[in-house]
Amino acid sequence: MEQEIYENAWRGFHGDNWKEEIDMAHFIARNFTEYKGDDSFLEGATAKTKAVWARCEELLAEENKNGGCLDVETNILSGINAFAPGYIDKDNEVIVGLQTDAPLKRIVNMYGGTKVAMKALEAHGYTLNPEVYRHFTTYRKTHNDGVFDAYTPAIRRARSNGLLTGLPDGYGRGRIIGDYRRIALYGIDKLIEFKKKDLEGEFIDGHYIEESIRIREEVNEQIRALEEIKKMASSYGFDISRPAQNAREAMQWAYFGYLAGAKENNGAATSMGRNATFFDIYIQRDLEEGTLTEAEAQELVDQYVIKLRLIRHLRTPDYDELFAGDPTWVTESIAGMVSETKSLTTKNSFRFLNTLINLNPSAEPNLTVLWAKGLPENFKKYCAKISIKTDSIQYEGDDTMRPLYGNDYAIACCVSAMKAGKQMQFFGARCNLAKTLLYAINGGYDEKTGKFVVDGLEKNTEEVLSYETVRKAYSDAIKKIAKIYVDANNIIHFMHDKYAYEASQMALHDTAVERLMAFGIAGFSSAVDSLSAIKFAKVKPIRNEQGIAIDFETTGDFPKFGNDDDRVDSLAQELVQEFYDAIASHRLYRNAKATLSLLTITSNVMYGQKTGATPDGRKAGEAFAPGANPMHGRDCSGALCSLNSVAKIKYENCCQDGVSNTFSIVPSALGNNEEEQIDNLVSILDGYFVQGAQHINVNVLNRELLIDAMNNPWKYPNLTIRVSGYAVNFNKLDRAHQEEVIARTFHEKR
Amino acid sequence: MLGKITSFESMGSADGPGIRLVLFLNGCLLRCKYCHNPETWCGGGELKDVSAEEVLRLYNKYKNYYGEKGGVTFSGGEPLLQSAFVLEATKLLKENGVNVAIDTAGVAQDYLEVLKLVDLVILDVKAVDEAEYKFITGREMADFNRFVKDCQALNKKLWLRQVIVPGINDDEEHILKLKEFASKLKNVERVELLPYHSMAKSKYEKLGLTYELSNTDDMSKEKLKQLQNLLK
Repeated sequence: MEQEIYENAWRGFHGDNWKEEIDMAHFIARNFTEYKGDDSFLEGATAKTKAVWARCEELLAEENKNGGCLDVETNILSGINAFAPGYIDKDNEVIVGLQTDAPLKRIVNMYGGTKVAMKALEAHGYTLNPEVYRHFTTYRKTHNDGVFDAYTPAIRRARSNGLLTGLPDGYGRGRIIGDYRRIALYGIDKLIEFKKKDLEGEFIDGHYIEESIRIREEVNEQIRALEEIKKMASSYGFDISRPAQNAREAMQWAYFGYLAGAKENNGAATSMGRNATFFDIYIQRDLEEGTLTEAEAQELVDQYVIKLRLIRHLRTPDYDELFAGDPTWVTESIAGMVSETKSLTTKNSFRFLNTLINLNPSAEPNLTVLWAKGLPENFKKYCAKISIKTDSIQYEGDDTMRPLYGNDYAIACCVSAMKAGKQMQFFGARCNLAKTLLYAINGGYDEKTGKFVVDGLEKNTEEVLSYETVRKAYSDAIKKIAKIYVDANNIIHFMHDKYAYEASQMALHDTAVERLMAFGIAGFSSAVDSLSAIKFAKVKPIRNEQGIAIDFETTGDFPKFGNDDDRVDSLAQELVQEFYDAIASHRLYRNAKATLSLLTITSNVMYGQKTGATPDGRKAGEAFAPGANPMHGRDCSGALCSLNSVAKIKYENCCQDGVSNTFSIVPSALGNNEEEQIDNLVSILDGYFVQGAQHINVNVLNRELLIDAMNNPWKYPNLTIRVSGYAVNFNKLDRAHQEEVIARTFHEKR
Repeated sequence: MLGKITSFESMGSADGPGIRLVLFLNGCLLRCKYCHNPETWCGGGELKDVSAEEVLRLYNKYKNYYGEKGGVTFSGGEPLLQSAFVLEATKLLKENGVNVAIDTAGVAQDYLEVLKLVDLVILDVKAVDEAEYKFITGREMADFNRFVKDCQALNKKLWLRQVIVPGINDDEEHILKLKEFASKLKNVERVELLPYHSMAKSKYEKLGLTYELSNTDDMSKEKLKQLQNLLK
């Protein structure tokens, strides 16, 4: 009987390895159908989808009117099974499941920290049931409590002066992608069976007593979480103990897995993984069996995407300001290659992008195309067409990442690659390297607060800064600050595992999971241009009575990052490598491998506000460029020079958590008509990625349109732009972000 | 042989097929009222010297983006006023299989050798009527007419362009005349209308020049589209 269930669920599927042990990559490679045709097969939204989406649009408008938060559940705390089932429009929903019992109603999660949760509640005018609060705070310690028990004085100083910012020490760390596909292919019971097998060893490894005890505890937590997911699904009337029998079930099963993670955790970025091509295997089988039509297939994808668009977490206004809007980074990775010559493009790769037309453009889910030279030309053109039309796709270099992560990795958040179900990431926020340079000049004192922050650095007293002296002091500062930064992240993730473990997401990983610890840089191009100014021009510090350089007088010209000029681009390459090496020289918690990103999302604005004037001519408080972008207005020979400069930054074993580049362009600068614009965008993407580049956001927009949107936000309710690794709703940006986006280099033709 | 350029654009997507390296060469004999690169008139901006090798090197830096369709376009100013340099650079580019276009108004001398080599001539047709040509450019039309004849004799592939300025040539009559002019030529691949824009105004101020069109609005995109449709 039981055997029959599996045989039926796996009817027509090829290969055997994946039946014996979990091997999604193998299953997909053996069973997917590559599609090289064009977009003419695509269908519009069905009546059911239209009805559900119309209701959602009403709710979204209400949420917007209500200050960005529609409702909060104040009597129950987070948990996989804490909430009764909820629906949008039950009769018309073909994929079901909400985080709470009603759409857009947010969850209070206190495991990361009570302070942030309470602040968020207060900001939105809600009060938690006092009994619930009393019980939780009486009996439970949080991640945040643990972290602050262990933080060193140096970390506290670095944190409060804005040298390290955005550390996930008061809420969920996120960036963990459960392999939700596993539920569809194997069913929960088989996954539990596999996990139980992992527990069969009888002894604790004497060399790693703590780690081996902990693994046993965690796997049992994972098994309980799997049982909980099953229970949650059954509250919606589905038995996911068994594998999915068809496309609708496959998508529903996987979504339940994702949903469990979004009920249990509130991590900043809770991404979806790489599902489209996997789902296509089921859709293709249903189409061939005659049980599904193309319109119904699109309906499943549209409705699945609607669900992802409704994911919400309770955030504080600070958080919304930092990340500009209310992002969730439900990133879905699309296409890429299975081998040198065959792509993973399926009809479902098209269907996912088609949701941007059927439902309207949207920032979520964060649709990410894994671009490769070998992708079918028709798909490339379709991507470019949708980019130009909706501005809601980001691109990442599959030929750059595949050699390091294999052919079944997925992107978390914006640019973080990890092998699906086999690697997880400890998210480690950012260190401000422009401020680090100022500390190197100011002997570890903060240029804004005047406070002492980093020990053991010498104050520069030169009238005109000499490159040799400053560069050496910078290296010293980088070493010292890297250690403080590593300490902070070791503590954070130790405590997060202890007090806010993501059992449901980790249950969908191999037990022997590889861990990456992702560090980051902010203020990159400003730091690089400052070094160049000191090296090639004349930089005089203007010091206050405390001897701190609060401004700089820079005379003479100097090469600037973003002009494809090796004199300065080499300084950029050297700086990332040096910072990575300084981080990687330290031991990391749970033997994680260090990775590094040039990604600020939108926090470049806030980081800039907290940083004094820099030698490159950037004024105190002025925004940094996002991610790896050159400072705006400093590239003078067109967009490709700027792309080339960024493409020079090394990915492998250097910036291997991602090099984020935002590219804004007005349509007319891409070509004179739609066909040319599409062809040219394809050429740009090909040309960029063939150089080993990793990421690009493509903003195709008009400056006039943006200025108008800033002044008349109500006219553009759906205007989506891309900001460093992420598409945001322009209207959700605050004024400072809007102005920054407009000021950023627009590549208009002469 | 060095060429004098005012600047280059690594991502030219409107001056010839595909994406191209566009070099803006210094010097022009015309003084068009709407010129948006007045810095090329007199070298008022900062000039850079480039060699043919330098052009090839620049092209190679970006050839990944240019693909098979793209290439190099010599623009300006009037590129053919530096025909010796353009010839040398074009020879070198052609030896390396690069597609080469010139964006010209056809008012120059000694250009025949260059003309023979280039793949495409983007010809700026200021006006088809003698009086209007003079009104816009400040010059007689004879050079232009001779250049058109030379292009025809050499069977050169042509893209015709005209800048459409409100109040000067943004009416049906003008467009139909242009259409008639184009219909009498062979090898015309496209006829493009370019909308006048005022973005060059600040350049004039910087160069201490008078901007004659300071009271002229930017060309409306919708109207341009209607006019462009007349050419079909």
